[in-house]
Amino acid sequence: MFVRFGAAIAAITLMSGAAFAQGKLTDPQIAHIAYTAGTIDIAAAKQAITKASNKDVKAFAEDMARDHEAVNKQALDLVKKLKVTPQDNDTSKALSKQAADKLAELGKLSGAAYDKAYIANEVAYHKTVNGALEKQLIPSASNAELKGLLQTGLKIFQGHEQHAEHVAAELK
Amino acid sequence: MQPGCLRLMLTALALGAMAIPAHAATVQIVIENLVYSPAETSAKVGDTIEWVNKDVLAHTATARNGDFDVMTPPKKTVTSVLKKAGTVEYYCRFHPNMKATLKIEP
Repeated sequence: MFVRFGAAIAAITLMSGAAFAQGKLTDPQIAHIAYTAGTIDIAAAKQAITKASNKDVKAFAEDMARDHEAVNKQALDLVKKLKVTPQDNDTSKALSKQAADKLAELGKLSGAAYDKAYIANEVAYHKTVNGALEKQLIPSASNAELKGLLQTGLKIFQGHEQHAEHVAAELK
Repeated sequence: MQPGCLRLMLTALALGAMAIPAHAATVQIVIENLVYSPAETSAKVGDTIEWVNKDVLAHTATARNGDFDVMTPPKKTVTSVLKKAGTVEYYCRFHPNMKATLKIEP
């Protein structure tokens, strides 16, 4: 019984990405995680805008920078309105660390290899973030407006995931 | 008034009437929170679609069959005129999970 429970937890942890393996989060922490997740994808997009050689990959990166900047601006406006100070936490820290490693790894690639690796990571990253939004961040959010913004965010990022899958399929 | 002037005015009126066919209508489709409303719209060839994007994100209304591809910048309204009849499924190129249908009668 305990073994099976432990295995299930381990499976969920693996599925949702190691960074998201933690319990109940507060609204200031959720806001921080959501904003951090956005800045990570903006940084990846900015690298791709300068490094990508395929025009669809470059266009995708421009879409990511534009959308995530717009969503993060909305998030900042909301926390200001709610007088909430986003609070750094282990999930945000783990996300940032993983992202910095990935950015360095991608930075060493070039040409078609870079394009492929960037898009593959975008598919995987959006999948992880969407899973976390669905299973952890949205259910944990107490403030209705924050929950609403996260729900809209989920729809946007599900769109990005599909878009990334399209671009990845075209590259093959 | 000079007779020539009157003729010019009548010509202008006639041209004006020709440019705007009596049956052409303007149909509004609103984009909000990544949803096109209504999900199914009926219109006629020659009608103008007024795409109202209420989101802070750029979207597109892109016909799957290639008949149209309209860019709708954030918080902007753009118009397009329907040129071909048919039942067209359209989606957003940036967020392909956004989908709707336009039924365009001849």
